[in-house]
Amino acid sequence: MTKYAVSIKQYGFRAILLEWPRQVEESILDDVLRYTHYLKNDCLPAKDWEFVTAYNSLTLIHNKADIDFDLFKINLEKWYAQSGEMPQIQKHVWRLPVCYDPLFGIDLVAVSEKLGKSVSEIIALHTNNIFTVYGIGFLPGFMYLGGLPEALEVPRKPVPRLKVNKGAVGLAAKQTGIYPQESPGGWNIIGNCPISIFDVSRENPCFVSIGDKVQFYPIEKAKYDLLKIEAEVGIYKLEKQIWDA
Amino acid sequence: MLKIIGPGFFSTIQDMGRLGFLDKGVPVSGVMDAHTASIVNGLLENETNAAVLEITMTGPTVEFTSPTYICFGGADMHVALNEHAIAPFKVHKILKGDILSYGKLKSGFRNYLAIKDGFRTPVILNSRSYFYPITKQKKINKGDELMYLTCEKFIPKVLEWHDTAAKGRKNVLEVFRGPEFEQLNDKQLEQLFSADFSIAKEYNRMAYQIEEKIAGHAISMLTSATLPGTVQLTSAGKLIVLMKDGQTTGGYPRILQLSNQAIALLAQKKFKDAISFRLI
Repeated sequence: MTKYAVSIKQYGFRAILLEWPRQVEESILDDVLRYTHYLKNDCLPAKDWEFVTAYNSLTLIHNKADIDFDLFKINLEKWYAQSGEMPQIQKHVWRLPVCYDPLFGIDLVAVSEKLGKSVSEIIALHTNNIFTVYGIGFLPGFMYLGGLPEALEVPRKPVPRLKVNKGAVGLAAKQTGIYPQESPGGWNIIGNCPISIFDVSRENPCFVSIGDKVQFYPIEKAKYDLLKIEAEVGIYKLEKQIWDA
Repeated sequence: MLKIIGPGFFSTIQDMGRLGFLDKGVPVSGVMDAHTASIVNGLLENETNAAVLEITMTGPTVEFTSPTYICFGGADMHVALNEHAIAPFKVHKILKGDILSYGKLKSGFRNYLAIKDGFRTPVILNSRSYFYPITKQKKINKGDELMYLTCEKFIPKVLEWHDTAAKGRKNVLEVFRGPEFEQLNDKQLEQLFSADFSIAKEYNRMAYQIEEKIAGHAISMLTSATLPGTVQLTSAGKLIVLMKDGQTTGGYPRILQLSNQAIALLAQKKFKDAISFRLI
């Protein structure tokens, strides 16, 4: 098992930032998740702490009190050295429907011109890939998805829109993602996903976890309308599989 | 029930925040000035997490439908109970049908109205704090009715508290080095700690932007966690202080981190108010 050089920094009175080498790489994300799991289960009382993982970092935030950083630094180093192989954390692949109808894909034509690819080639590239969730932030349920093919890299719009619809699927530089709620935003919008990524009425408001995989599949407008209704009344069944790497 | 007759500019229910969902991108929310909220809750002998009404700039007019006790404080605002002025940081008895009205703001920006045993509005994801769309409401509206428990009799142990800090409200924000502090150059450091800054017109519960820029940078980093009180530096040199509704992750260098005391102090600032940073 590879161990990395992990730097441990104080972040205010109540938080500690642990950083792995600065690379977007699944092996690094996996080690961050493995250590997070170990800390939650064996080292820190999970109810007192918040654990925020993103790409190559883990931030530990104490909920109630100031912490003794020097003491924690020593312990965190010791725990990292001790932490061994972990049972593989179960990851899921979520298959999410996206309607690429021009009604939703308001920037598809512009993106097609910029990339020199037909609209159907763009849809094929976007749906043939499996993306990795490297973080969740910016908005509740907003996934930072890694693994976009270079052929789909397109700069964000020079002037952000004041309003991007809930469910909008966008492209920006090396990223793709879904706006989980209406929001201002500068991404190029190519479609819309009828399934709420974040829903406070569900017991687990956000079904996706960091480290999971996402694959999109194309649907027609009629199917979109149907799924949207199914999702709203709560009978839609999410399509997921266990990820076996 | 607390009936909202007039909502004022922007008032929200807040407790100490929404924990347990940061890793799903849900901001912590909660009272902006936790220092003041704790005092008014404390005088009512409420639990620390009791929900209060956070009142911004201009306050509401409200009617109480059953007896209770209240205490308010924070921004210096004219407050009247049945048209008679009443004092902050003091427990006031409320009778059925009493009308509380907020008037002119004199200084500060946020006032906290606490009620005996806290407001009992719905708990969504561990917290009563308003944050749209986690909660259906962004702010209180005319005609809203906020739940509270009736309290006929309460003898406070402490009758009144003198907000000595308010008299000489300072402008100095105590800060730590943020995770990317070491990457700042001498010019940026000099600008950060020698200059006076002022609040830009973009400031709210999510973030306070600072009007004056410092030198820009080309530091690149991967998206990582941010906290309330994190000072981000954009590549163009703009300083952004994240507050309680701020996003949970960000991609700008986190150059400073405000102490909790400094977050509470900043929460009382408004457009054009002066501030400066001091390392601790």
